Amino acid sequence: MKNNWWKIVSVVFVLYTIIAGFLLKVPALAMVHESIRNLYFHVPMWFTMIAILFVSLWHSIKYLYKFDIKSDIVASQAASVGTLFGILGIATGSIWTRYTWGESSGLWWVNDVKLNGAAITLLIYFAYFILRGSIDEEQKRARISAVYNIFAYVMLIVFLLILPRMTDSLHPGNGGNPGFSKYDLDKYMRMVFYPAIIGWILIAIWILTLRVRTEKLKRKTLFDD
Amino acid sequence: MINKIKTLISFAFVLFSASAFSQTTDAPMEMADGMRQSGKIYVVVAVLCIIFTGIVTYLIILDRKINKLEKEIKNK
Repeated sequence: MKNNWWKIVSVVFVLYTIIAGFLLKVPALAMVHESIRNLYFHVPMWFTMIAILFVSLWHSIKYLYKFDIKSDIVASQAASVGTLFGILGIATGSIWTRYTWGESSGLWWVNDVKLNGAAITLLIYFAYFILRGSIDEEQKRARISAVYNIFAYVMLIVFLLILPRMTDSLHPGNGGNPGFSKYDLDKYMRMVFYPAIIGWILIAIWILTLRVRTEKLKRKTLFDD
Repeated sequence: MINKIKTLISFAFVLFSASAFSQTTDAPMEMADGMRQSGKIYVVVAVLCIIFTGIVTYLIILDRKINKLEKEIKNK
């Protein structure tokens, strides 16, 4: 149990954000209204994706240094957990879009640089799995996908963090459009938002450790039998 | 004098309209039940808590299963 304390922390933090996120006061703002509470759930998905994909990048670089197949296992599993959170982020964002920017048009998607960048980022990571699936030889697959993974993370930074800031975007925090933090995120919202980010990242790491362990077990049994 | 009467009358109208406003809202039908307060938002919170604890329980069971498998393979 002494190695599992952080799992308890993750569950407590996310449960807290679910309860406090609905019941604490939020600033009354035009257009978003109560949907501002999505900040506690939609935004942590992206923070988690970026954090977990960074873990993936880290292990890909590590693989290219030491050529240890364990790093390749962590990198690939982290990429898939990160993509899962990215899909959750894009799906929740789409619903939020429908009832704020798309309220009058009834659209689920707005042709916005941030949204398109998020979609492109996910496609780049889908390509990572296709690339892995197309190479049979273990070391070769690990090496080529590690190099691609570094490229993918650089593209993530470009499409999610740089390009949206250079042009106009509806999305908060981009193109001269301030994020919630600057004007709207009062101290009560911070009290929920920060634990939400930590909680979800820890949950994702938990899922990642489970995936890594099953993958290692799978490979062990495959080679032993 | 006339001005004073005018302001009094208009003041009275404002008062009446205010009371008319408050009478348009229906009598509260809420029960003395915690779950029904604040537009029943507690129900949503409870549902989300159940979903989340369900997923966490699933993760814990998976975690234990993998632990067991790891031990079995080690002892093989």
